Amino acid sequence: MLGVIRQRVTCRGIPTLTLEQGMRVVASRTFSSSAKEITVREALNSALDEEMSADPRVFLMGEEVGEYQGAYKISKGLLEKYGPDRVVDTPITEAGFTGIGVGAAYYGLKPVIEFMTFNFSMQAIDHIINSAAKSNYMSAGQISVPIVFRGPNGAAAGVGAQHSQCYAAWYGSIPGLKVLAPYSSEDARGLLKAAIRDPDPVVFLENELLYGESFPISAETLDSSFSLPIGKAKIEREGKDVTITAFSKMVGYALQAAGILAKEGISAEVINLRSIRPLDRSTINASVRKTNRLVTVEEGFPQHGVGAEICASVLEDSFEYLDAPVERIAGADVPMPYAANLERMAVPQQRGLATDQVHWPQLPKRYKELKLTKINL
Amino acid sequence: MACSATAQIIQPLSINSARSVDNSGACTKILSPSSFLGSTPRINKKLFAVNKSISSLARRPTIVFAVSSDVVKEKKLKSNSSLSNLLITKEEGLELYEDMYLGRAFEDMCAQMYYRGKMFGFVHLYNGQEAVSTGFIKLLKKEDCVVSTYRDHVHSLSKGVPAREVMSELFGKTTGCCRGQGGSMHMFSKEHNVLGGFAFIGEGIPVATGAAFTSKYKREVFKEDCDEVTLAFFGDGTCNNGQFFECLNMAALWKLPIVFVVENNLWAIGMSHVRATSDPQIWKKGPAFGMPGVHVDGMDVLKVREVAKEAIGRARRGEGPTLVECETYRFRGHSLADPDELRDPAEKAHYATRDPITALKKYIAENKLASEAELKAIDKKIDELVEDAVEFADRSPVPARNQLLENVFADPRGFGIGPDGKYRCEDPKFTEGTAQV
Repeated sequence: MLGVIRQRVTCRGIPTLTLEQGMRVVASRTFSSSAKEITVREALNSALDEEMSADPRVFLMGEEVGEYQGAYKISKGLLEKYGPDRVVDTPITEAGFTGIGVGAAYYGLKPVIEFMTFNFSMQAIDHIINSAAKSNYMSAGQISVPIVFRGPNGAAAGVGAQHSQCYAAWYGSIPGLKVLAPYSSEDARGLLKAAIRDPDPVVFLENELLYGESFPISAETLDSSFSLPIGKAKIEREGKDVTITAFSKMVGYALQAAGILAKEGISAEVINLRSIRPLDRSTINASVRKTNRLVTVEEGFPQHGVGAEICASVLEDSFEYLDAPVERIAGADVPMPYAANLERMAVPQQRGLATDQVHWPQLPKRYKELKLTKINL
Repeated sequence: MACSATAQIIQPLSINSARSVDNSGACTKILSPSSFLGSTPRINKKLFAVNKSISSLARRPTIVFAVSSDVVKEKKLKSNSSLSNLLITKEEGLELYEDMYLGRAFEDMCAQMYYRGKMFGFVHLYNGQEAVSTGFIKLLKKEDCVVSTYRDHVHSLSKGVPAREVMSELFGKTTGCCRGQGGSMHMFSKEHNVLGGFAFIGEGIPVATGAAFTSKYKREVFKEDCDEVTLAFFGDGTCNNGQFFECLNMAALWKLPIVFVVENNLWAIGMSHVRATSDPQIWKKGPAFGMPGVHVDGMDVLKVREVAKEAIGRARRGEGPTLVECETYRFRGHSLADPDELRDPAEKAHYATRDPITALKKYIAENKLASEAELKAIDKKIDELVEDAVEFADRSPVPARNQLLENVFADPRGFGIGPDGKYRCEDPKFTEGTAQV
């Protein structure tokens, strides 16, 4: 049973519309004054297309990006339009082609390196961190690396342990990298354009399950010079009782939970982080100072996760304002299982675990008390 | 020692025959394991002459060939060089000599300074291998790129980075080529196109391949007249690393203008090359990927230079990559912290007699290219240059405290948003540093 909730929220005085969707997505229609809707896939494709046509130094490299039109069809049509010199199909050599991208960036081009999933980036992580992130510092500003590493991150559906890890926390700890995690189509378009134009290495963490989701989009977003600032979070929904921070797919879940909490009289503020590094600490802290409670939501492993960093930041800057300890909601502290019911239990869910009355010691304590998981739709 | 480039052409091996017995037999007969240490006589002089006929075979990519350039033993002194067909002119000879002597003097000074405590951390010296650096890099233009490993001081010097800057960088001073932030293992120079300086072995190879990719991209997409070449220097240990093979594949696949230069000094810290490698003849790995593999005596700068000319020429013409294995030797340990106990003193003594600088000196003297006095003048000049570099580095200041937080990003907005909601870099107090150091 899927619920569709329509919210109208204000964010800094600009009316925006957010749409929450059920877990098994059936595209649902919503009505707004700006009318147009595009999927995240189309948003990414159009952003890549526009940036490649604006700057001939931008090129796309990765496995299956060319003739296959992209492993997830993100780069559809680009090979036809720009040719094999600019949309480069590579052999299966992550370390090799990531290094080639870094070398090309050293010497003046602007590569966009696609990983089929970020799990494969582990084969190339030496280049992302040692050759790309650290180079501007090691060369004292002589060699900047205007490269973008993008691809789907986090859990998909039933793909098993080696294809489901979330890398936001790993990359988010490296000085010299910028790490972005878009949620909606507007985020995807704006942040990808900003990433490609940025002179520094950017890790762009998409989500496979969001690719097919549609979000309404304004005319301004469709303009080819649109971009979003890196390092600013977005308050998707304002509230006054509790702050929920999330990124990527979890934003949708948080918004849904906020809707349900609203019926129970709890007004939740949902922050879409957008940028894991640099983390928008000021927005988070300002929000906590207003609401006095914080819940962080992420899909990745709990230890040393993004939520841990947010907790620490809030404790350091807004300790006196907290009325209750910060709560982290994260994936289970286990490699992702394959069985569908186990997989459901290993990531935060919109649906509740209420029917499974089992104690799971790996899950953070007081997980169930927060109603985020007890929701039965 | 006749310093003439020689080559031996092995009959073309068809990939489809997948190492048929007779072909590989021919290989092993001509180049037995002992010949690996550079003692097989040469057969004929044509080095890359086959190259010209190969280009007509471009339509038949399955046929590749391995070319080996051999060392002439000292005893077989066949002085093919007469005054009229010398390999180098006087100016070139003096240039090569000066560059090699600079490398040697600089590295010796580094050792002194390290033991006096002025330099610290990991320092890897290049003594003995100067012929490779000089032989290759002196043929490059300023726009060509060099990518190296942690043994990169001499590559940077040969490429043109001033000795003062390299020495300051080693001392960790703010006047260094990377303002003291890189160190011995991370020499970068945008001006001279030295793209590093990498601590991980094998890391530089894909980066170099990327720079070559950029050259090709500039030609194909920007339609510029770009013939910039990239040289990737790395050692024998790296040739067992996955990234090496990945890049050989892609460079040959896309015909990138790159030369892969293997500085085979037979030792990877304490691991001997033959103990670590199933097939120690690294040049053979080139043809497996569709590019020529050349073996050359890396203690002889003129031979290296001849091979380099061809390989770089090939890359400039757009014919693709080459794998050059330079058999060389490092006189010191892996780094200044390495006690160097595993190498046989007899081996070290043998290579010490084949010092490339002495060999070039002898060649110049024998062929009356320059007088003893001129060479001595160069020695003196270089010694003074190195002394001056040390003094300059000594009196340079250490980096200011605010330098700690600088240059993390090209776009300083990466420092994020300050507590006042504005970008930190816009804060007038930004460069004073915000960390409690």
